[in-house]
Amino acid sequence: MKHSFFAFMRKTGTSLPGFRLTLGATLVWAGFLVAFPLCALLARPWQDGVGAMVAALHDSRMFAALWTSFSSAAIAAACNVPFGLMLAWALARGQLPGRWLADALIDLPLALPTAVSGITLATLYGPNGWLGAPLSRLGITVSYTRAGIVVALMFVGLPFVVRAVEPVLRNLPHDLEEAAVLLGARPWQVVTRVLVPPLLPAVVTGFGLAFARGVGEYGSVIFIAGNQPFRSEIAPLLIVVRLQEFDYAGATAVALILLVISLLVLLLVGSMRRKLALWSEPA
Amino acid sequence: MSVEVNALLRTVPGAQAPLLDNVSLHVPDGMFVALVGPSGAGKTTLLRAIAGLDPYRAGTVSLDGHVMTGVQARAGKIGFVFQNYALFPHMSVARNIAFGLDVLPAATRPPRAQVAARVAELLDLMQIPTLGQAYPSRLSGGQRQRVALARALATGPGVLLLDEPFGALDPIVRRSIRTWLRDLHDRLGLTTILVTHDQEEALEVADRIVVMQNGRIVQDASPQELDCNPATDFVMEFLGEAVSFPGHVQGGMMYAQDEAIQPFSVPAHLADGPATAMIRPYEIGLVPQATDSGPAPVRAVPRGVRGGYRHYAVQVGARSVPFFVAQERDGLALEGRALDISRARLFRDGRACL
Repeated sequence: MKHSFFAFMRKTGTSLPGFRLTLGATLVWAGFLVAFPLCALLARPWQDGVGAMVAALHDSRMFAALWTSFSSAAIAAACNVPFGLMLAWALARGQLPGRWLADALIDLPLALPTAVSGITLATLYGPNGWLGAPLSRLGITVSYTRAGIVVALMFVGLPFVVRAVEPVLRNLPHDLEEAAVLLGARPWQVVTRVLVPPLLPAVVTGFGLAFARGVGEYGSVIFIAGNQPFRSEIAPLLIVVRLQEFDYAGATAVALILLVISLLVLLLVGSMRRKLALWSEPA
Repeated sequence: MSVEVNALLRTVPGAQAPLLDNVSLHVPDGMFVALVGPSGAGKTTLLRAIAGLDPYRAGTVSLDGHVMTGVQARAGKIGFVFQNYALFPHMSVARNIAFGLDVLPAATRPPRAQVAARVAELLDLMQIPTLGQAYPSRLSGGQRQRVALARALATGPGVLLLDEPFGALDPIVRRSIRTWLRDLHDRLGLTTILVTHDQEEALEVADRIVVMQNGRIVQDASPQELDCNPATDFVMEFLGEAVSFPGHVQGGMMYAQDEAIQPFSVPAHLADGPATAMIRPYEIGLVPQATDSGPAPVRAVPRGVRGGYRHYAVQVGARSVPFFVAQERDGLALEGRALDISRARLFRDGRACL
């Protein structure tokens, strides 16, 4: 590992023009924008002493909030996978009129201020909302519960799945399906054996992006979640609450755990994607 | 397995001319047929229609006398090799080849060991016995081609359809793989239809050549017949380099417009009127000049040697006419009174008239 890193560094100036310059600029840039703030975040919790940090970690409300955040993000991202696949399919393969409009609409949740989407969802799914009223008659409550959090996270996470899968699907040659049919595959076999497996790495990437966004999402969730401690309070909200209480150790403790778990999950997602894409590596 | 195509018509909305215009074709069991023609002639369209991949408006496709309705009806009976091979990228070579057997319903699917044996047998037949575990992205073009062929043959189809299978290969691999393919066809007793835009390839491997143009079959004949009696000026031009001399027929003689062409006699039944003489460069001759009549009006300038022929260029009026002489014919005069094109075929309004 170490050896290959130095070999990589020594390669400067051999084949790629301007390699040293671009590498330097990239490292400085990434350092200031990403690594530096993250390091500060890692260092800050210990400033008030290890004792304060340990005390802050003894907080069941915090663990409830973290559990809510991570589980809701995972469920929302998992629900987005089938919907995102179908949407990407329709966009890439369907010849629907007005496809360009649907194409633009998919990215809209990214552009919308999250508070706006949050209030919209809360109104729609509220006890008297257009969707909330019929659902409550069926005995389903969405707003002010964990289900509401999942709905909000699905809303903001969908573009990530669609945009991760769509280009791969578009590049998948149409004759793969034709070849499969001519070899006797029935329609469901074409989907499960020929179309979905090459898409899996992209699906996992989309899941990872939607999950990461879901863990950090704040604005769109707090309006629909109800924010009851131990029940529907998400970790990012708890950070704000702690800050308002001037409990900086508590706030940074939540942030630290959020950061570490997110990093671990994203590493896991990355290794899974690589494992699924082994076939695509050229010799 | 014989293939019968009957009055196939395929149109696309918005386009004036149909893609396939009443195409009929009969391919007897065990024959190797090549579909040739320029781009857009409808070769691939016809092949895809035979495979059932594209819908057609009218006409029928039958295999061994049974009319085929959908693509499912043809599954397993037809092996199709796509132009870019369409190998499943996420499956190993062995899984690719076994695909046609793996998707069979559980009741008819052969046991695992039998599938593995069939894959090994096909890998041997394709001369790639060690590649079973490799993924398609790691194979060379020629290897992918063989895997695609093995996959198409796994279910034991009677008909093999090949869509420009040699397009992406380098010339040396191309040559070796096409003789090997012909050999495979004979050994397995297949009925093969090959689409190619390379007429030389077609002449080399096929028993019969079907020339297509604008969605129609222009001529369907053996390579020999095609070379001797091309039906139209297009076929003549398509099968190899040809030089044309416009002119007219009068009283059983063909007179070319160019002065430097010696008039030649044609069968008496040919009516007088305009006609075009077309000839291959190696069929052209020089009419010797009388020794005492000054500088010769026609002289051949050397243009190199290729494929056993010495190439020359002859200035006729404003244009330069290619003229090939076999290597072994030494001491040939390179000047003359006129060009002798008496071995030319005659065409009138684009159709052969001789």
